[in-house]
Amino acid sequence: MQKHDMTWMLLISLMAFGSANAEDDAIHIRTLAASCAACHGTNGNSVGGTPVLAGLDQGHFTSQMLAFRSGERASTVMHRHAKGLTPAEIEQLAHYFAAQPRTAAITPTPVE
Amino acid sequence: MAIDRRDFLKFSAGATLLAHPVLSFAKARTRGRVVVIGGGYAGATAAKYLRMWSEGTIEVVVIEPNQHFISCPLSNLVLGGSKHIGELMFAYDQLKSQHGIQWVRDEVTAIDSQTRTVKMTRGQLSYDRLIVAPGVDFIYDQLPTLQGIDAQIAVPHAWKAGPQTVNLQKQLMAMADNGVFVISVPKAPYRCPPGPYERISQVAFYLKQHKPKAKIIALDANPEITSKKGLFTKAWADLYPGMIDYRPNSSLVDVDIATRTVKTEFETVKADVLNVIPPQRAGKPAQMAGVVNIDKRWCEVDFLTYESKVAPNIHIVGDAVSAALPKSAHMATSQARICASAIVCAMNGQPIDPSPVFANTCYSYVTDKMAMHVAHVYRYDAAKRVMVAAEGGGVSDKPSEQEGDYAQYWAKNIWSDVLT
Ligand code: HEC
Repeated sequence: MQKHDMTWMLLISLMAFGSANAEDDAIHIRTLAASCAACHGTNGNSVGGTPVLAGLDQGHFTSQMLAFRSGERASTVMHRHAKGLTPAEIEQLAHYFAAQPRTAAITPTPVE
Repeated sequence: MAIDRRDFLKFSAGATLLAHPVLSFAKARTRGRVVVIGGGYAGATAAKYLRMWSEGTIEVVVIEPNQHFISCPLSNLVLGGSKHIGELMFAYDQLKSQHGIQWVRDEVTAIDSQTRTVKMTRGQLSYDRLIVAPGVDFIYDQLPTLQGIDAQIAVPHAWKAGPQTVNLQKQLMAMADNGVFVISVPKAPYRCPPGPYERISQVAFYLKQHKPKAKIIALDANPEITSKKGLFTKAWADLYPGMIDYRPNSSLVDVDIATRTVKTEFETVKADVLNVIPPQRAGKPAQMAGVVNIDKRWCEVDFLTYESKVAPNIHIVGDAVSAALPKSAHMATSQARICASAIVCAMNGQPIDPSPVFANTCYSYVTDKMAMHVAHVYRYDAAKRVMVAAEGGGVSDKPSEQEGDYAQYWAKNIWSDVLT
């Protein structure tokens, strides 16, 4: 076995045997939450057009995600994203975004 | 297991920055250095999130030959006339200064994975880990007449946004009122699955207003429209009736540059404006790194880390990755963050995420204002060891102006995320 494989395997097995759960979830959620950035901005600080998720009330976040899933709240695209997540992930995302500070929107300036 | 835990904490050992005329970085006390080749959606995102998530403890150097970032997403709107190319071009200044990313404007000429060194035209850099985000390279083996700068000026690909996009736009503007625009679509996989069909829509939008007698012939090497098929088919029939002649199973076998004439296995078609999107493979730096191991075209990676399956310490993100995943900008950024997160964990001696999940969306415009989406959440399948689309994904019911607005907001937010 190549050495680099062993390094990663060790990291994964650390994961499996006895490492702190909250920390593992944090790693899982930071990349999942960051994939929302394409529409909702870095750490949920939307720079316009879509809702800001940073600092959103956890209960509100969860209820909206569940409403997108069930179709109770009509959406253009959020039902697709909400349906692909587990209830636990939605809870953890709610917690994650609630904890993000709101920051001023920064948009890159076009060269033109 | 025989490996010492300290082994993966030792990454910073031996990281020396070799001479480069434009570089005078003091060697910071860091956990190690990651060199990122390419400042597109994938590379820029990897660099930013490595700095953010390591809280500045990983040194990041990006090597990018171009002065500006130019977005491929929305570049078809330049052909339709509702965007100017300058609106899609951005400086890298904010990204660099906000996150303390070191930047080398140069071209990679060689990669030595044994000594962990990247050579450029003006110097070299050593790395602890390398991220290769090279985008795509065009394959001209089947279409040799298209190789060469003059040929590509006469027959643009416009599949990397910038001067090529402007060239194609100018040719369309100069075309006779009853002219024929011919577009060739390569066999999948290629960058941006719905992109060619969005382009056909945008050219039709332009022609309908300015040259309504003109025609579009689409020669598609694929057996059918590869993405959002029902939506494009209906949009073309509703919005541009009689204008678009779509021909599936039409691979090019020859291109005559001077007369803008193409041959497929079945027919010869003459164009007034010809746009050949060539077949694609992983960009040149991936070839130099020796990580292009699938069909001599794409790079096989571990989807938990995006590390190459054939070369240790070399990670590949973005369009160059071999995967049953759409080669989209959003996908490139999602892959880049999984990779960045795994590298931060490795350098911190923390466990990595054994089951990554991320969202992907791709909007396509059928007019200047109306767009539609394809969106999925992708989840790691531990048995198959690949990313698999979760239940609940899919496409819009129909194109709409509301989604046209959201597509602009998507662009604004992803540009802000990637470039600031
Ligand atoms: C393709 C763009 C896109 C992506 C990706 C996306 N969203 Fe959204 N989001 C929207 C839009 C647009 C709305 C408004 C509802 C609609 O039309 O779908 C919205 C609304 C929301 C809302 C409701 C906020 C409120 O206060 O009403 C929440 C919560 C939310 N998104 C969470 C997320 C999370 C979590 C992710 C990542 C897993 C995500 N979104 C990814 C576009 C996106």
